[in-house]
Amino acid sequence: MEPMPRGLRMLNLVTGGLFVIALYMVFFYAPLEAVMGEVQRVFYFHVAAGWVGALAFLVAAVAGVIYLARGGKRWDRVGLASVEVGIVFTLINIVSGSIWARPIWNTWWTWDPRLVTATVMELIYIAYIMLRQGTEDPERRARFGAVYAIVGFLSVPLTFLSIRIWRTIHPVVIGSGDPTAEGTFDMSPRMLQAFMFSLLTFTFVYVTLLWHRLRLEVLAERVEQRKMSLTAPGA
Amino acid sequence: MVESWATVPVRRSSFWRAAAAVLWKDLAAEMRSRELLGSMLVFALLVILIFNFALELDVRTRATVTSGVLWVTFAFAGTLGLNRSMAIEKDRGCLDGLLLAPVDRSAIYFGKVAGNLAFMVIVEAVVLPIYSVLYNVNLFVPGLLGVILLGSLGYVAVGTILASMAVQARTRDVLLPILLFPVVLPLLLAAVKASQGFLQGFDMAEIVPWINLLLVYDVVFLAVAWMVFDFVVEE
Repeated sequence: MEPMPRGLRMLNLVTGGLFVIALYMVFFYAPLEAVMGEVQRVFYFHVAAGWVGALAFLVAAVAGVIYLARGGKRWDRVGLASVEVGIVFTLINIVSGSIWARPIWNTWWTWDPRLVTATVMELIYIAYIMLRQGTEDPERRARFGAVYAIVGFLSVPLTFLSIRIWRTIHPVVIGSGDPTAEGTFDMSPRMLQAFMFSLLTFTFVYVTLLWHRLRLEVLAERVEQRKMSLTAPGA
Repeated sequence: MVESWATVPVRRSSFWRAAAAVLWKDLAAEMRSRELLGSMLVFALLVILIFNFALELDVRTRATVTSGVLWVTFAFAGTLGLNRSMAIEKDRGCLDGLLLAPVDRSAIYFGKVAGNLAFMVIVEAVVLPIYSVLYNVNLFVPGLLGVILLGSLGYVAVGTILASMAVQARTRDVLLPILLFPVVLPLLLAAVKASQGFLQGFDMAEIVPWINLLLVYDVVFLAVAWMVFDFVVEE
């Protein structure tokens, strides 16, 4: 097995360091929120995970467009890797949101646009994985994955819009706040810094994981090729 | 696969003639075999029957759940039809024949959409009067019929492209609803809400946002499907 590329090793260290600082900022640097207390600290990683999920699915859709337009196995790998990372972070987003909602909204779950959209998005990309698993021919699998990544991603804003017309109680912390939203708060400068830093850190985590996943995929393909050449007649 | 973005310009009349030919083929085949409509219809009636017992559709509940029951019925029967209509193409090698024809491939897509829409509308045209008689509600509200048409169009626009992928996968029978339902959710929600608005005589101001959403969904997904269909059927 070939050693990890130098850039990736560097990135591992940087991301690890950033994560430690982010944890410090979230738990010690950012002040305690007056009304909600400690549970408000979920917010920093909750939003950051949601951001990574959305970013990952956007990257998958863009990779899908590039794959269909120009071809190239690399873009298919980027799409798959990004979707897998996105699924994990969207799940973290949903679960951490639920943990926050239990004391603040007094329920684990409510049919709010953001919650429903995150969940439907998660289901779309689980379907994406199932579509790929059910398609045997690698070239066709790549094409189908690209098409579904595009179609699925386009439906996400419409899902959000449709549930928004329906109902909402989710707080909008960034941008204009809806006075009827429950659990909203104003960020102090230190909170804002911790929040921005969490976003940065999670973006680094995303890039690092994506790179690892891409490398894993390349290695897996190489193993597959070795196996084929060993079992091929006349080998 | 790159040349598909720059297909040879085809005269518009021949494009629509090709689409009409595909539609005609589907209708003629159905006239002779009657296997698709028959199963969709019986299935739709069974779904309504099950709802009757599951929800205890008495007069009071009926007023609020009728549009939901109708759309779930259409969506389920629709998946059945979509799967079958594409499976026939695949299994009998008909799709390969269609692809060999010297026409723009998106004409095949629009032909299939028109065919699937026709089957869905026929099923709806039978289900609506039966539901009206069984539950003594008047469903012949012009607005409702318009919503059903718009909703069905968006449903088959996405459904046709996803069914084309699903039938080429190993797990095809289970795959279509998993791929389709999360993507089609905003459409179904808008259709249910708009239908309910017309049935209960809501103010038009409450119905218009849903109709706008239906229109946007139809346009967006017809356009996207038209662009990516080439990649789905390519061998």
